[in-house]
Amino acid sequence: MSEPKIEGIELKPGFKGMAEDTGSDQTMFKGVHWGKAMMWIFLLSDTFIFSCFLIAYMKGRGSTPVEWPNPSEVFALDAFGVPVPLLLIAIMTFVLITSSGTMALAVKYGYEKNRKMCGWLVLATAIGGLTFVGMQAFEWSKLIHEGVRPWENPFGAAQFGSFFFMITGFHGTHVSIGVIFLFIYAYKVFAGHYDQQKRGWFTSMKGDYVEIEILGLYWHFVDLVWVFIFAFFYLW
Amino acid sequence: MSNTDKKEQTSTHKIGIYLWIWGLLFVLSFFSYMVDWYQFQGMLRWSLILFFMFLKAGLIMAFFMHLFWERYALVNVLLWPMTAIACFIFLMVAEFKYTLFTRLFYFFVGG
Repeated sequence: MSEPKIEGIELKPGFKGMAEDTGSDQTMFKGVHWGKAMMWIFLLSDTFIFSCFLIAYMKGRGSTPVEWPNPSEVFALDAFGVPVPLLLIAIMTFVLITSSGTMALAVKYGYEKNRKMCGWLVLATAIGGLTFVGMQAFEWSKLIHEGVRPWENPFGAAQFGSFFFMITGFHGTHVSIGVIFLFIYAYKVFAGHYDQQKRGWFTSMKGDYVEIEILGLYWHFVDLVWVFIFAFFYLW
Repeated sequence: MSNTDKKEQTSTHKIGIYLWIWGLLFVLSFFSYMVDWYQFQGMLRWSLILFFMFLKAGLIMAFFMHLFWERYALVNVLLWPMTAIACFIFLMVAEFKYTLFTRLFYFFVGG
C-alpha cells in the first residue's frame, strides 16, 4: 500500500516518482493491485455521474423563479411533538460515517490477517448500511405521503421532487449494492476464503485481503458522495 | 516467511490514526449540522457548509481511502479530472443565471 518494493526498480518519491512511474514502459501504478486500480477508475467515472446530477440540481435550483422548498422544514421530523430540522438526515449521516469507520478498521485488520475482527467489522458495516437504506425508505415514504412527486410538491418549486428522488435514489442504489456485497464479503471472510486463497466467483483471481480494501474503497466513496449530497441538497 | 511478515507490517497503519479520523468526521458532521440548527444565513452559511464538506471529503479520501499513502502516479490520475468538474460548474453557473434572467424577462416583463 504505502511503500511498494519492486525488484530491479528504484521507486522515487513525489512528482519525480510520478513522472518515472508513468514513463516506465510498464505498469504505471506501482505496487497497486489491478483490482484496486480498476475500482479507482470506476469510482472516478461514478464521481462524474454524481457530479452531473449535482450540477443539474444546481442549474435547476438556480434557474427557477419560484421559491425553492426550505430543506430544513421539508426534512424536519417531529421528536416528542417538537419539529427538529433535518433530524433523520443527521442520524443517517452519523450511521453512514460509523459504517465508514468500521470499514476502515476492517481493511486494517484484513491486512493484518485477523480473520475474525475483519469479518465482524465488515458485518457491522453491512448492518450500518442496511440501517441507512431503511431510514431512507422511511424518508421517501414520508415525503410521498406528504405529496412530493417528481413533477410537483406542496412546498415550492416543482423541480424539487425530481432532483430529490433522482439524487438520493441513485445514492441509495449505490448503498444497497454495497450492502449486498458487504454481506457476501463478510461471509467470504468468515469462511476463510482469503486465508486459503480460494478463487473468487467474480474473477478467477486468488482470494486475498486486498479485496476487502477494494470493497472498502467503494464503501468510503458512498460515504463521500453522501457528504456532498448532505451539504448541497439538505443544508444549502 | 520473515520476509513476507516484514512486507505486511509496512502495509498497515496504527489503529490510532483511523480512530482519530473517525472522531474528527463525527465532530465535523456535528458542526455542519449545527450550521442548520442555528440557521446561519447567507455567505456565512454557504462558506461554513463548503468548509466542513471539503474537510470531511479530504479526510475520507486521504486516510480512509489511503490516498495520503499512495504514490503520486495514482493520486494525480484521480485528482486532476476534478478540474473538469470545476469547469463544468463554472459554465453551468453562467448558464443558470442566463436562464433565470430570460425566464423573469419573458414571464413577468413579457419580452
